[in-house]
Amino acid sequence: MKLSLRDVQKTFGSNHVCKGISLDVQEGELVCLIGASGSGKSTFLRCINLLEPIDDGAVYLDGQDIAVPGLDPEPVRRRIGMVFQSYNLFPHMTAVENAMLAPRRVRGVSRDAIRPEVSALFERFGLGDRMEHYPDQLSGGQQQRVAIIRALAMRPEVMLFDEITSALDPQLVGEVLDVLLALKADGMTMVLATHEMGFAREAADKVCFLADGRIVEEGPPDVLFTAPKQPETQAFLERALK
Amino acid sequence: MTIADEGSGKPARTRRQIYEDGLRKRSLMIAGTSTVAVVLAIVLLVPLAPGWAAVKKSFFNWDVFSATFPKLLDAFLIDVMIFAWCAPAIAVLGLLIALARDVRNPALYPLRIFSAAFTDVFRGVPVVLTVYLIGFGIPGLGLPRPWNSPYIWGSLALILTYSAYVAEIFRSGIESIHPSQRAAAESLGLSRRDTMWYVILPQAVRRVVPANMNMLIALQKDVALLSFIGPVEIFRQAGVFKSLYANFTPYVGAAVIFLAITIPATRYADYLMAKQRRDRS
Ligand SMILES: Nc1ncnc2c1ncn2[C@@H]1O[C@H](COP(=O)(O)OP(=O)(O)OP(=O)(O)O)[C@@H](O)[C@H]1O
Ligand SMILES: [Mg+2]
Repeated sequence: MKLSLRDVQKTFGSNHVCKGISLDVQEGELVCLIGASGSGKSTFLRCINLLEPIDDGAVYLDGQDIAVPGLDPEPVRRRIGMVFQSYNLFPHMTAVENAMLAPRRVRGVSRDAIRPEVSALFERFGLGDRMEHYPDQLSGGQQQRVAIIRALAMRPEVMLFDEITSALDPQLVGEVLDVLLALKADGMTMVLATHEMGFAREAADKVCFLADGRIVEEGPPDVLFTAPKQPETQAFLERALK
Repeated sequence: MTIADEGSGKPARTRRQIYEDGLRKRSLMIAGTSTVAVVLAIVLLVPLAPGWAAVKKSFFNWDVFSATFPKLLDAFLIDVMIFAWCAPAIAVLGLLIALARDVRNPALYPLRIFSAAFTDVFRGVPVVLTVYLIGFGIPGLGLPRPWNSPYIWGSLALILTYSAYVAEIFRSGIESIHPSQRAAAESLGLSRRDTMWYVILPQAVRRVVPANMNMLIALQKDVALLSFIGPVEIFRQAGVFKSLYANFTPYVGAAVIFLAITIPATRYADYLMAKQRRDRS
């Protein structure tokens, strides 16, 4: 198992956001998290790469518990890439500098050494001519692809995506989802929080429905979308697929 | 879009442009008239005041002005010099103090307390008092030359006071950067220090350039406070001339010199501030 979460608990003050979530993700699998706004999808993803310290439970990466309190989170975060809804590119750097910063500072690779690899990523995702642009000179879809490239430049073993198409105009959603399909073809292990039910249905290996800080139901998309067992799931899908 | 030329050779204007030009002409005329009226009133009325002749003689005496102005300019170079070494020191110390507030290492906890106390103390005391206390106090310890120079200790007083303010400006800049930037940097595995240095600080520093410009302008003026502890800079030189000529015009000359620097600088700072507001909206 590439990534395993066991009984993850997270509270913000008195707000119990993750009420014991367990999830298994196999190498090369694409897992989609669906659920209503506020159900805890973002928080759960942030717990996986330790952006939020979890209160209780365990996160296993390649069988090793990475959520032990007091353990340095930095080496773990290098192995898990994350892409956010609002892109969060560094506005004072060009696209290519955005992508090269972490390899240079964290992996200690020189600009010259990392540039060919990063350029190849830009070329591959159709941004070869946008490398020297600043984020505010790029469209939303382009910015989000740069954010994905920036995460990939660290050669992560797992990628987390938090509603990465929610801030995009509808005609730009496709170009970003295409990147995900390409990564899936590469065998990348991915967890994706999304409202794009169509994409989850077609591309996911497993879909998890979150409600009120718990995974209410999980399964392969053709089962979960066509024959959900829990009434909560049925109600949510009825609203979402309308 | 403008309407195409109608063969007359004159470019046609849109209805909106014609309307706005009319408005602009009207407000220009009103502004011009009222300004002229006010200036005229001042020029005509002030000389009617009973003491005007005396004031004119002792504050706006052309002979005294032209005799002292070049020397005042020379003395102003000392102000410029003091400013020139204080400003970079303030930038560095202010930044260090701003960063010290965020250290996490428990061993460095004293540094956090110290930087908090530092900003409280030096923002709480009038600059002139700090200049007096440090400028007279430390050389009073009986330091040998050149370490008893008022230039050193007066400058230090300015550096400490202004660093306290500049540190607060940097901190507000750092706090104005959205937490999602930090999250993005940390999710890439960047250390806290690299996140600060490569992601947060470059954005924060840019954002507070106008505020720091205003601090520089204030510093330029406060350099004159060093005159109280010895250096014969422009303010003190003007005082010497005042006694010599028994006339206040040298102070007006000094004010003119300060304004020649600070007005363009203030305008520039305002321009930067306005530009930033535009860029961010
Ligand atoms: N940093 C935080 N501090 C306090 N409460 C938080 C914090 N982050 C999230 N929460 C709370 O946790 C709950 C779950 O939020 P979360 O963002 O994980 O939901 P979500 O499923 O991602 O929703 P959405 O679909 O709108 O993105 C919400 O009630 C939210 O208010
Ligand atoms: Mg969310």
